[in-house]
Amino acid sequence: MNKKKLWLLAVLVMLVFSTILAACSSDSSDGNKDGEDKDGESSEPKILVFGRGGDSVSLDPARATDGESFKVTQNLFETLLNFGEQDTTINEGLATKWEPSEDGLTYTFTLREGVKFHDGTDFNAEAVVKNFERWSGGTEDQFPYYASMFGGFKDDESHVIKSVTAEGDYTVIFELKRPQSPFLKNIAMSPFAIASPKAFEESGDKFGDNPVGTGPFTFVDWKKNDSITIDKNAEYWDQELPKLDKVIFRAIPDNSARLNALSTGEIDLADGVNPTDSKTVTDNADLQLYERPSMNVGYLGLTNTRPPFDDVKVRQAVNHAIDKQSIIDAFFNGGAEIAKNPMPPSISGYNDDIAGYEYDPEKAKALLKEAGLEDGFEMELWAMPVPRPYMPDGTKVAEVIQKNLADIGIKAKIVSYEWATYLEKTKNGEADAFMLGWTGDNGDADNFLYTLLDKDNIGSNNYAYYSNDEVHDILIDAQSEVDEDKRNELYAQAQEIIFEEAPWVPLAHSTPLLAGKANLVDFTPHPTGSDRLNKVDFK
Amino acid sequence: MLHYIGKRLWQLIPVLLGMTFVVFMIIRAIPGDPAQVILGQQASESAILALRTKLGLDNPWYIQYFDYLMGLFKGDLGESMRTMNPVSDEIWGYLAATFELSLFAILIAIIVGVNAGIISAWFQNSWFDYTAMILALVGVSMPIFWLGLMLQYIFGIELGILPTTGREEVRTPVESITNLYVLDTIMQGRFDQLSTVLKHLVLPGIALATIPMAIIARMTRSSMLEVMRSDYVRTARAKGQKMFWVVYKHALKNAIIPVLTIIGLQMGMLLGGAILTETIFGWPGVGRYIYEAINFRDYPVIQSGILVVAFIFVMINLVIDVLYSLIDPRIKYD
Repeated sequence: MNKKKLWLLAVLVMLVFSTILAACSSDSSDGNKDGEDKDGESSEPKILVFGRGGDSVSLDPARATDGESFKVTQNLFETLLNFGEQDTTINEGLATKWEPSEDGLTYTFTLREGVKFHDGTDFNAEAVVKNFERWSGGTEDQFPYYASMFGGFKDDESHVIKSVTAEGDYTVIFELKRPQSPFLKNIAMSPFAIASPKAFEESGDKFGDNPVGTGPFTFVDWKKNDSITIDKNAEYWDQELPKLDKVIFRAIPDNSARLNALSTGEIDLADGVNPTDSKTVTDNADLQLYERPSMNVGYLGLTNTRPPFDDVKVRQAVNHAIDKQSIIDAFFNGGAEIAKNPMPPSISGYNDDIAGYEYDPEKAKALLKEAGLEDGFEMELWAMPVPRPYMPDGTKVAEVIQKNLADIGIKAKIVSYEWATYLEKTKNGEADAFMLGWTGDNGDADNFLYTLLDKDNIGSNNYAYYSNDEVHDILIDAQSEVDEDKRNELYAQAQEIIFEEAPWVPLAHSTPLLAGKANLVDFTPHPTGSDRLNKVDFK
Repeated sequence: MLHYIGKRLWQLIPVLLGMTFVVFMIIRAIPGDPAQVILGQQASESAILALRTKLGLDNPWYIQYFDYLMGLFKGDLGESMRTMNPVSDEIWGYLAATFELSLFAILIAIIVGVNAGIISAWFQNSWFDYTAMILALVGVSMPIFWLGLMLQYIFGIELGILPTTGREEVRTPVESITNLYVLDTIMQGRFDQLSTVLKHLVLPGIALATIPMAIIARMTRSSMLEVMRSDYVRTARAKGQKMFWVVYKHALKNAIIPVLTIIGLQMGMLLGGAILTETIFGWPGVGRYIYEAINFRDYPVIQSGILVVAFIFVMINLVIDVLYSLIDPRIKYD
């Protein structure tokens, strides 16, 4: 390289460097002020930046299966029915009235009038019918949630919905083949939000990149793995809402980094705050801490078909051996309650009369002796490799459990795999005991008990390989029981049997934490994890 | 020279082909079913089967591999199993983001590392030498994860002078043309945004630069020490030339060859660091893209992502080899 070139290079490098330095030394107002206005307009737009752990996969709610996608679609689209603000009761949404027939086979929905999709087309009964036609005519890999909540597709024997018909512009009638108790709760789930038929017919497979709904916000821009921007829907049917002008969802994978970004004002709301960071938030006057109502369960599953866990006495012994309170104190920072049932108390049908297995190593030892294992045994204890809302730190919790088990003579070796491998191997029944959890989809008991512990779901979500015919019969009965009280009774009964049989050690129902700017108002985190941001405002 | 470059490019084909095969086999050897992971824990058995069929996962591996290769020859990198978008559409944006960050990092690493190495050699056994080499040792052994969070804490929260995450101030987003934001903002004449974009580069840039910077400093130092003991340097000094000139013109030119090799290798290594840096700083780059694809067993993205990155790595090393002969005419390739 000759001298001239070398100098040129040096000058270039200096230039770049001095620009950087200039950039760094300029004053510190880094656009942190909300809604910096470059046009010099007097009113500042209200922009909320929502930091979360990952990007969305698709903005077509019917196709999405991940929570991060629903966080966004929940604000672009609306469902016929809504869940309550912080629970899973049924409230009006795009439908203002809904009437089930006495036999539970016909539902008549009266639709809201004067609602328009973001593309200007009308929302009416025809649009609802077209949405259901789209889903029911699909395949499982296209609309997986539809299949799992409504028992399959149009031509399937097991499909619950017989017909969806429009009667006039604003009445839709659903006829079912058999009663389905959680039907209304299913209808309220994010995946069954009503989309503009014109838009999904035109966009086809690309609808997920150009979503059009009736929601309080309209889609603007998606920078993959970075940010999704949605704007206020000026034509929204409720003229009072939304309060914000713009919401930007940003993906910041690391929990600590996300909290850092909140502290510097780069984001206004942070999802997924580590329980151990809650004090940092409460100590900071500029921030506030939010608790998401719990709709989950973290558990230690015992593979019921693998000896010695095929012996109920051994399973009960393990249940008595584990000190859940100290786990919650140490790793959930108290932000969880002890689990005694496979579903959280917020769910209708929860059996609070069950005492739960108290921490009692002596009793555990006695049970082991009864099982003929007074000298203990060796086992593998599988620890979750990733933090989940129901389990902030799998490995550390596993260490406590290991110590608890050692106290009663069980030698547990902690094993961990990368997440996808972990799920696959657990599903195949390769673990002796494994940590796992579940966050509810629709706030229904069926979504916990049947999904996680029915023999129908062995090889699917019944990772413990628990099989009990009596429980199975009760859960199947409950699926078509329309009377809410009778249904709750059935679930209470099922929980009693499950308690006796102890297929798992239920550990905790955690309260996921979020943190936001102190001047943020009316944000109510929803137990499903999909938050409606239409009422959120800045003070 | 052209002949040499042509030969090197030709040799690339079997290398990349072999790599596609190795990557293809390895990702299929690890347990974890893409259909299951994509559809999530909630999915039913029949949904998983349907997706497997759709993705072609129920074909024998050699048919899948053959299909993949055929696609590659047509310039088709495949479709992401998770998002259903073509990988070639998705990957460019991520590559650009990583490229911008890596370039910035390697610039920092070279400028600081080479100079620190030179000065250390020049003033061997001085306090500067000791301090720089201790810092270099610390730099090599510091986990990026921890360093990243510390940088965020000090410069973001405590001093409040630098943004901690992302590529831009999202409230006033950059309109992207090339996805290289520095270039984009210059092209649009948005110098206010250019300053924001550069500020966003600083912390992840430093985090990513630390290890290569330390390695380059140590390499430069030892290489310079060797050269400075040689006869021609002594002659140059005896002739009364200024020390600065001797060091930066005569000695550096001969000492830089092994340093260049290290720089080339470090640029490849940056990707490894990029996964962590991109995670900590919420940077939408290709490292995170591939990492997430691995978590989701998104085979086409893993295969093609690694292929593209390997291609870039090989090209960088080719450029470095060519640079050798430009710097030192004694090195000839023909």
